[in-house]
Amino acid sequence: MNAGIDVPTIQRFGALYIASARLKSMSKWRTIIAAVDIGNPLFYLIAVGIGIGVLVEQGSGTSGTNGIKYIAFIAPALLANTAITGIMDETVFPTIEGFKWRKLFFAQNSTPITGRQIAIGVYLAALCRAIFSVSVYYILLLAFDVVNFGISILLMPIAVLGGGGFGALMLFAAAKIEKEDQFFNILGRLVIMPMFLFSGTFFPLTSMPIYLQPIGWISPLWHATELGREAAFDYGISSTMVIVHLTFLITMLVTGLTLATRQFEKRLAK
Amino acid sequence: MSKPLISVRGLTKKFGDFTAVAGIDFDVAKGESFGLLGPNGAGKSTTMRILAATSTRTSGTVEILDKDPEQFGPLVRAHLGVVPQQDNLDGELTVSENLYIYGRYFGLSKKFIKGKIEELLEFAQLEEKRDVKVEALSGGMKRRLTIARGLVSEPDILLLDEPTTGLDPQARHILWDRLFRLKEQGVTLVLTTHFMDEAEQLCDRLVVMDNGAIMAEGSPSGLIKQYSSKEVLEVRFGSDRNKEVAPQLATMCERMETLPDRVLMYTEDGEALLEQIMQAKLHPTTSLVRRSSLEDVFLRLTGRTLIE
Repeated sequence: MNAGIDVPTIQRFGALYIASARLKSMSKWRTIIAAVDIGNPLFYLIAVGIGIGVLVEQGSGTSGTNGIKYIAFIAPALLANTAITGIMDETVFPTIEGFKWRKLFFAQNSTPITGRQIAIGVYLAALCRAIFSVSVYYILLLAFDVVNFGISILLMPIAVLGGGGFGALMLFAAAKIEKEDQFFNILGRLVIMPMFLFSGTFFPLTSMPIYLQPIGWISPLWHATELGREAAFDYGISSTMVIVHLTFLITMLVTGLTLATRQFEKRLAK
Repeated sequence: MSKPLISVRGLTKKFGDFTAVAGIDFDVAKGESFGLLGPNGAGKSTTMRILAATSTRTSGTVEILDKDPEQFGPLVRAHLGVVPQQDNLDGELTVSENLYIYGRYFGLSKKFIKGKIEELLEFAQLEEKRDVKVEALSGGMKRRLTIARGLVSEPDILLLDEPTTGLDPQARHILWDRLFRLKEQGVTLVLTTHFMDEAEQLCDRLVVMDNGAIMAEGSPSGLIKQYSSKEVLEVRFGSDRNKEVAPQLATMCERMETLPDRVLMYTEDGEALLEQIMQAKLHPTTSLVRRSSLEDVFLRLTGRTLIE
């Protein structure tokens, strides 16, 4: 062997090699990704900002949303939701593909790259996608005059953190499941949809009956949304709750990644 | 003899109650071309995944370049080229992109890989396909690309799991030629196959595996010498009569196997034996004299044919 293989370097940077390969694959889909990431916010901003928002404000002004314009009230949630769906796309599909459809992970694992590095590499690339999606959304929020440039810039890292927590768990789930058909059904209908509707996205969580509120409590979308509202509009959340929200999301991220890296190693070593 | 590159002792792998590999021992020396021959489900691929330092074992010891692959996975894998049974190329990327990305996983410099790609494209006879997406390649081309990919890091050992399964005869011959060149260059090859002609062509030494165990070990010609006769006379009397005449045939040769469609008679002189059968007025519908092969060795050892 004289090709100049430096195993310690691979052990340090292997995850980045995987991430860069993932980004290269993603770049083949750049047109679709751009269309989704620009089109989606446009539809929401037009439909909700002009349509529903007007209706809500005609009904009760801004009294239900702590004096915030309705479209601005839901903007942090839309932003976090974008991070969540973006990172979900880039963790779930590549993972099932890597283990099952095209078995790319097994090829990667036949080099000095480890299962742990593959997991982290996929995750990092997915995080890049979330950052891209959120940035596009934020620029559109500025363009539509929903938020003012300034402190609202914090909405971006908060949304990415929300997506990051959820994405880490999805990375684990996608590595764990064997039958993806059922998984997609459950994920779409019983996780994503209820999470989007019941996380205080369109109305404060507290305006729902108490027995429905736990959906929000375990939802990364709710935690990220509350943090975003506080950061951008001084929404009036106690500092204790800010810490609770942050702790929840960081715990979700760390737990998800720990489980995912273990599951990747385990499944590759079978 | 210098220390073997691969040393396996008592290797066992269980999946729940099922024992895929049942305590096997073998060594592979530097520059050797070593084969695992056996039918599907013999435990060959499981053994290969353990040698590839990707799968864990239940018990036994394995040393590859003096290291335990389970403990030093990345370090061991840095020295291996792996060609899996099922191509796992990235179909969305082009031929040269596949080689490039794989080379990067070994931490190789861009400059080194670029040069290597030229060499490998020529080796795999894929120069004209360099910018073609992999999903558009034929099965034989994909296989050659997978082998080329395994060579990008200039490995000490190339592991090939069923390298020509699923290929048409012409594609197989091209592939054998390529592998033979590697052998000539001194690359240590370890391959699994259930094709006895492949094992005969490519392996200096092989083990015959069945049900997770090694049945015999030796060179292709040594195994044939040890477990079979020089020649084989294949006679057919039609499916109903084969059994009928079998007792009479059995008295004429050293050993005999009655298969559903034909009778195999083991002898040192096939033509003489055929003459004897003719004189006994048994008149087979077809007859064929051939040299003994590894197929006959396998049949002798297990009572079954390799491909069922």
